[in-house]
Amino acid sequence: MSAAGLPSFSTSRFREEREADWIAFDLLLTRLEKRGAKALTSEELLELPILYRATLSSLSIARATSLDKALLDHLEALSIRGYFLVYGVRETRWSRTRRFFLYDWPAAVRAVWKETIIIALVIVLGALTSYSLVAHNPEWYFNFVDEGMSGGRDPRATVEFLQSTIGHGKAAAADKEEDALHIFAAFLFTHNSGVSIMSFALGFAFGVPTMMLEYYQGISLGAMVAVFAGKGLGFDFGGWLFIHGTTELFAAALSGAAGLRIGTAVVFPGARGRLEAASIAGRTAGKVMVGVILMLLVAGLLEGFGRQLITDTLLRYGIGTLMLLFWLAYYYIPRREDVA
Amino acid sequence: MTAAANARARTATARKIRQFVTPEGVDLQLRIASAGLRFGALITDLIIISAALLLFTLFMIWVGVAGGKGIAVTIWMLGFFLLRTFWFIGFELGSRAATPGKRLMGIRVVARDGGRLTADAVVARNLIRELELFLPLMMLGNGTAEDTVSGWIVVAGVVWSLTLSLFLLFNRDRMRMGDLIAGTWVVMAQRVKLDSDIATAQDAQAMQFSDAELAVYGIFELQELERVLRTKDARAMREVADTIRAKIGRPVAEEDDVFLLSYYRQLKARLERGLLLGKRREDKYASE
Repeated sequence: MSAAGLPSFSTSRFREEREADWIAFDLLLTRLEKRGAKALTSEELLELPILYRATLSSLSIARATSLDKALLDHLEALSIRGYFLVYGVRETRWSRTRRFFLYDWPAAVRAVWKETIIIALVIVLGALTSYSLVAHNPEWYFNFVDEGMSGGRDPRATVEFLQSTIGHGKAAAADKEEDALHIFAAFLFTHNSGVSIMSFALGFAFGVPTMMLEYYQGISLGAMVAVFAGKGLGFDFGGWLFIHGTTELFAAALSGAAGLRIGTAVVFPGARGRLEAASIAGRTAGKVMVGVILMLLVAGLLEGFGRQLITDTLLRYGIGTLMLLFWLAYYYIPRREDVA
Repeated sequence: MTAAANARARTATARKIRQFVTPEGVDLQLRIASAGLRFGALITDLIIISAALLLFTLFMIWVGVAGGKGIAVTIWMLGFFLLRTFWFIGFELGSRAATPGKRLMGIRVVARDGGRLTADAVVARNLIRELELFLPLMMLGNGTAEDTVSGWIVVAGVVWSLTLSLFLLFNRDRMRMGDLIAGTWVVMAQRVKLDSDIATAQDAQAMQFSDAELAVYGIFELQELERVLRTKDARAMREVADTIRAKIGRPVAEEDDVFLLSYYRQLKARLERGLLLGKRREDKYASE
């Protein structure tokens, strides 16, 4: 070394003493990131926190005493990677999934029960509005339902045609190919999921767009009901709706409720900071939304297959009621939460 | 560079650094990812998704031709939906908490409160993406498709949805709407290889510098010098060596790399000694 003499601390010596630990830690982390906890033996798993702490302490010492930028950057990046792995992965994907279905999902849905009731009322209000308007003056129908969407199911249609669209007439069997069923189901599922995600995502704007979207859903529902009921097909149409509708409308109400939860958290954060309130609400709502998408998948299957294959109105009502009871029981029957 | 510019550069980087204290009491000093990196990551992901979708479409067309057209269309629709909705969620649930695009840019998602990143947070932040990404596109699409909507309404819609999309430019922490709601951050997480220690190797022809000659620079200059030495670019080394020689009044007498390496080692030793005594000299403008 130079004439200035050996400094009492030298980066080189510090590095020599500890470098082996860092390299070992780096190797373990890389394997853990690539293949998960299974890649490590139990000794290696025990070694992981020790090496992690050694690296953190190296970082602290290096920050206070060393000016080697490359060394500091390396230790910093290594510690950050280590932190997120050591404190991140504690559960396997399987146990996470299990916990989600058994506890987290129903608990999140229970947590938004107030919002669910509000959204359900909004949908019902929408349906009643359009129903009473269309029932008095059928011309209103064309303001509510897009012609492309209704596919001829409007007040001008004949009873026979309407009957055929809900699977009771001769025409139904004729123009439905086998193929059309699952295309229809897939389309409905992706379309409805899109709408639900929107009504959730719009929630943060104080929940107003969410309510509008849900109200609009109610509007088109009520208008349709009014048309069919006007021709004396109310009961049959009810069955046509009911078989998948209980699942689908429940899911729609939950997605709106999830959005509303975020909206209210932003407006009324309570004792917490606004950001914190929003993020807590966001997490609950996120869980609800995963459930909503699964529900919509079920509804899409019921709608695409069940409804086309089962034409008996009473059976349709029966399945719809069973589904509703199933969801209600799954969500709202209290259970002992074991701490997983 | 002037003192003010130096200071400004340092506060700019400091503004991006967030305290993140581990349970062991060490501050990891996470750096918030820049909007540019995140945009790059998004574009990369979108490109990969489109490519995957193209391959998938071709495959499904092949399946459709081979028979079972309806099945092919169904699977295509579900596949498209899954890809669009769960690409981000699926990857961010992994141990790297990053999509391929994010990984490429060296960034990752973390929970803002320092806890672990939960699945619901990942789901929430990515479902909101639907709003930020597709709403402006939808608004534009609707506007051009339907003549009935007046031009101003379209403009208003696009502007409104753009403010959602560009939300991250308007806050210090570069949070998207989705980050805000899920309580997450996107931070730098690139791997850094441990470079060889350039201060160790003994050198017979090492030059000696006096204390006064070493006293002209601080930590900022030292680390710039380290960067130049590590990149090993002859032209940059010549420039830096000439600057230092002029500053300390030495004639050009030896190879640039020998000169710079010797100077670096002795300056580093001197500054590190200062650190041990509790003296941290940020740059050449700071007093001893």
